[in-house]
Amino acid sequence: MARRYDSRTTIFSPEGRLFQVEYAMEAINHAGTVIAILSDKGIILSAEKQQSSKLLDSSIEGEKIYEINSNLVAGVAGITSDANLLINESRLFSQRYLSTYDDIIPVELLVKNICDVKQGYTQFGGLRPFGASFLVAGWDPIVGFQLYQTDPAGNYSGWKAACIGENSSSAQSLLKQEYKDDQDSPMTFEDSLELVCKVMSKIIDSSKLSSENLEFASITLVDGAPKVHIFSFSETDQVLKKYAASKNDKSTQ
Amino acid sequence: MDIQLGIAGKDFVVLLADKQIINSIMTIKHNQDKIYELSKHVAMSVSGEAGDVDTYAEYIVGNAKLYAFRNDHELPIDSCAKFTRRQLAEALRSRSPYQVNILMGGYNPQLEKASLYRIDYLAAISNVPFAAHGYGAFFCYSLFDRLYKEDLTENDAVQILAACISELDKRFVARHSSYTLKVINKAGLRIIDNEEFLKHVKQF
Repeated sequence: MARRYDSRTTIFSPEGRLFQVEYAMEAINHAGTVIAILSDKGIILSAEKQQSSKLLDSSIEGEKIYEINSNLVAGVAGITSDANLLINESRLFSQRYLSTYDDIIPVELLVKNICDVKQGYTQFGGLRPFGASFLVAGWDPIVGFQLYQTDPAGNYSGWKAACIGENSSSAQSLLKQEYKDDQDSPMTFEDSLELVCKVMSKIIDSSKLSSENLEFASITLVDGAPKVHIFSFSETDQVLKKYAASKNDKSTQ
Repeated sequence: MDIQLGIAGKDFVVLLADKQIINSIMTIKHNQDKIYELSKHVAMSVSGEAGDVDTYAEYIVGNAKLYAFRNDHELPIDSCAKFTRRQLAEALRSRSPYQVNILMGGYNPQLEKASLYRIDYLAAISNVPFAAHGYGAFFCYSLFDRLYKEDLTENDAVQILAACISELDKRFVARHSSYTLKVINKAGLRIIDNEEFLKHVKQF
């Protein structure tokens, strides 16, 4: 079966599927987990770095989370080199929008643009699709805070809490259970930070819960303007100490 | 001999333009609407080289509408003005520049604020409380300076425009009989009837 319809990216199988695109999505399911949660005051992103060797110089910060624009931050899962190209393209597109309209780019427009690029590679032959998914967190004055997920096929969807990468389905069900969605007590920013840590600590090995393996970023409003903050090593450790450790203590007691 | 005026208050903008189309010493038309509507909350008056005015205005209106279709929301006034300036600046440095002067006014529902932009044919842009283009400018800026108040109402603005037209009728060689007036505020865009407006203009 395979081999007949998956040698070229743009060939449909008799069931109407594009195998190369599905394989690209499968590649993402083996990548480091990325979680993001939307709350009233901002969005928290967390990403797991899969360390290959302890000889690797990890003093270089930022591997999975990138600031795209003053109002946009993205977490990536999949082939990093593919993601790099798309991040670069997104940054360029945001700046082009700024130069044309003298305003920050609406979040959905940027996501649409990334997805148009991704879709192109599933339709025109000769090149493989991008093996990267994104969680894009952003703010714009029209809609407010927004969280989008993209996939290699070029689909995108908006979420309140989302997860991509390894163990994403179990993380997604944990998020579904724990996400407070009632009007009276909505998720606060602190709640979402706590929940991110909690889910991360459940789906990855607890010995790995440190700034060596995890990255955090947030987007909030400061004086009415969006602010992207990528946590430093020490801030990440502080957050993990505060939330992830306390959860572990309770469960062991 | 075009007359283009604009006044912005805190939460509204009024644009005025004459309705005359001229060619050499001939008047071709007396009822041309020179204030183009870009969206529910943005409009612009355009003057300059006759063909350029139509081509450029249609291009900008088309782009504003395309943006609204693509993004499910309208292009806000500030972005609209910067886009218009940018396109004009790029055309200026090409083989086919447009010779158009623009007053663009609008209301931003998100910021709850009205803005008026003056853009000239060299693509200079400024965000101003009041503005005029063409020959009308020589007569009207002094009146604007004297009569404009920061917290003026829509009615005050119409009165100032009426004072400007009275002055033009008195001192300017060319006389117009009718004008287009458009007000943009939170509710959207409204046209002020020419006959109603002329009641406020002193007759000589």
